[in-house]
Amino acid sequence: MNTPANLKYAKSDEWFDPATGKVGITDYAQNQLSDIVFIEIFVEAGETIEAGKAIASVESVKASSEIYAPASGKVAAINKDLPNKPESLNSDPFGSAWMIQLESASAGDVMDAAAYEKHCEERAH
Amino acid sequence: MDPKIVEPTIFELSSHGRIGVTMPASDVPETALPPKDLLRSDLPLPELAEVDVVRHYMHLSKFNYSVDSGFYPLGSCTMKYNPKINEDTCRLPGFLFTHPLQPIETVQGNLALMYQLQEWLKEIAGFAGVTLQPAAGAHGEFTGVLMMRAYHKSRGDHKRMKMLIPDAAHGTNPASVGMLGMSVVTIPSDERGNVDLKALEAACDDTVVGMMLTNPNTLGMFDENIEKVIALVHKCGGLMYGDGANLNALLGIVRPGDLGFDVMHFNLHKTFAVPHGGGGPGVGPVGVAAHLVDFLPEPLVGILEEGEDDGETAPLFGYVKPAKTIGRMKAFNGHFGGGFVRSFTYIAMHGPDGLKDIAQYAVLNANYLQARLRSTYHIPYDRICMHEFVAEGRFEGSDVRALDIAKRLMDYNFHPPTNYFPLIVPEALMIEPTETENKDTLDAFADALIKIAEEAKSQPELLHNAPHITPFGRMDEVKAARELVLCCWLPEGYDTSA
Repeated sequence: MNTPANLKYAKSDEWFDPATGKVGITDYAQNQLSDIVFIEIFVEAGETIEAGKAIASVESVKASSEIYAPASGKVAAINKDLPNKPESLNSDPFGSAWMIQLESASAGDVMDAAAYEKHCEERAH
Repeated sequence: MDPKIVEPTIFELSSHGRIGVTMPASDVPETALPPKDLLRSDLPLPELAEVDVVRHYMHLSKFNYSVDSGFYPLGSCTMKYNPKINEDTCRLPGFLFTHPLQPIETVQGNLALMYQLQEWLKEIAGFAGVTLQPAAGAHGEFTGVLMMRAYHKSRGDHKRMKMLIPDAAHGTNPASVGMLGMSVVTIPSDERGNVDLKALEAACDDTVVGMMLTNPNTLGMFDENIEKVIALVHKCGGLMYGDGANLNALLGIVRPGDLGFDVMHFNLHKTFAVPHGGGGPGVGPVGVAAHLVDFLPEPLVGILEEGEDDGETAPLFGYVKPAKTIGRMKAFNGHFGGGFVRSFTYIAMHGPDGLKDIAQYAVLNANYLQARLRSTYHIPYDRICMHEFVAEGRFEGSDVRALDIAKRLMDYNFHPPTNYFPLIVPEALMIEPTETENKDTLDAFADALIKIAEEAKSQPELLHNAPHITPFGRMDEVKAARELVLCCWLPEGYDTSA
C-alpha cells in the first residue's frame, strides 16, 4: 500500500495535499473498491465547500461510494479528464487521478501518513 | 470470457425474406400509406420462422438458472420457491380477462380480493391501513416517505428534511430519500450489528423526518434495542419507517406495527411468493399506523355498501379516497394478476399457522447454515441470526476474494449468494436460504462452500478462473461496465476498436 508522506489523509480514505490543495482517493480506497468504472464529480470550480461535504461519487464493479472533501476551501479546479478515465483512479490515485483542487484550503479532520497506515491496518482484521 | 456454447443473436439468425406468419387477406379497405418521408425504412427487424424463434429462446433458457432449477441463496432477496398453484389462480379467466377501467359492478371479485389482501397485510404486520399501489419495494419507500413528509407538513412542521438511515441499509433507502430532496444522515452499527444508540441519540433533533430501518437488518440481525431505537426517533418527533424486505423472518412472530413502526413497505415478491429476479415484477404495498391512514394514496379498495348475513347480498366493493391523500402513485391499481392474486393465494394456502412456520423454518435454515460454516468462514457479527447471515469471503494469507468464491459456487450448481453487500462487511457473502429448502440441499451447499475454502488454499487459480462448467466462463465485468453498448446492433460507423 502506497501512502505518500507529504499528504494528509481523512478517515474516509481521501487524501489532501497541503502544498497544492489537490484532493483524491487513497491507494487503500482504490484497492478496496477494486476496478473503478465510473466517477462523477458534484462540485464546480468557484464553489466554496466545507470539509466533509460529498464531492464525488465513485462506482466500481463491487460498490458505489461517496467521496467526501478532506478539507475546506474554494474549488479552484476540477479534473475534467477523470470521468473519461475512471481506471486511472486504480492506476494512479495520487497523481493523474486527483479529483479537485482547492485554494485557501484548510484541512478538515485529517491525519498524517503513519497514522493513516495504522488506520488501514486496523480495518484489515 | 470463454463461450463453450455459442448461440447467435436473433439478428444473426435472421435471413431476409424468411417469415413466420402468413398474413390473411385484408378484410378492411386498402388505404394509402403516409408520405414516404414519414415512413421508417431502416428498422432491421429479424426475419425467422416460428420454429427458429422457439428454438432460439429454448436454447437461451437453458443458459438460465432459476429457483425452479436449483438453490438460490441470494441474501436479502428471499428467493423462495414459488408454489405453482399461484400460477393457476393468476390465470383464472375472471382475473386474467378483466380491465381496471371496467365498471366496478363487473369486477367485484377482483376488488374483493384486493380488499381482503389489504386486510390480511394489515393484520400480518399490525397496521391500520394498507395501499397496494406501489410497483416495487423502492416505490413503496418513496410512497411511505411522501406520507411521512405530508404528515409533518399537515402539523405545520416544515423544517424536517433529514432522514436517519443505518449504514447496514439497502441502497434504495437513501435513494428514495434523495428523490424527495431530503438529506440522509448515516447512523453506524455497533459491534453486535445493532443501531448504535449513542450515534442515533446524537442525530435526533427537530429537523428529523424519521428513520428508515430494516429489521432484521441486512446482517440478518434482529435489532436487540429495537424498542429503544423507535422510542428515540419518536421522542424527537420523527416517524419510524420499516423496510419490509426482511419480513419473512417475522411472519406470525412479531408485528412491526406493534413494535411502533409508523410506516412499512411489504415486498410481496419476496415474502409472499411472487416470482422475481431479472427485473420484475415487484409489488410493494405500504402499511401505515392509524395517524397516517388519511395520507394513503388514492384510491384504496373499500366497501361502498355493506352486505347482509342472508348469504345472498354481498357487499359492494369499490374505490375510496383517503381524506388527506398524497394522490395516486401508479396508473390503475398496481400489479394485480402478477402480484396480488399470487400473494393472496399464497397467504390463503398457508393460513396463520403456515405463515408462522415460514418464518420459523427460514430462521432455522439460516442458523443451520451459519453453524455449519462458522469454523470455515469468518462471521463478523456472530450471534443467532434471523433469516440470513453474512460471512467474509476471504482467508488469511490468500488472494481469493468473495467474487472468486461466488463464481466457483456456480461450478457446484448453486446460485451464488449476494456478494459485496452489506458494505460494512469486507468481502461480504450474504446468505439467505429461505424456508423452502430441505436439509439435504442445505448440507450440499455447506459442503460445497467448505470444499471451496479448501480449494482456495490448494488451487487458488481454480477459483480465480471460475466458473468452469457454465456455458460462459468468467465475464469481464470491468469491460462490461466501462464499455456500454446498449443496442442490439451497432450503429453505422461505430468504432469497435475504441
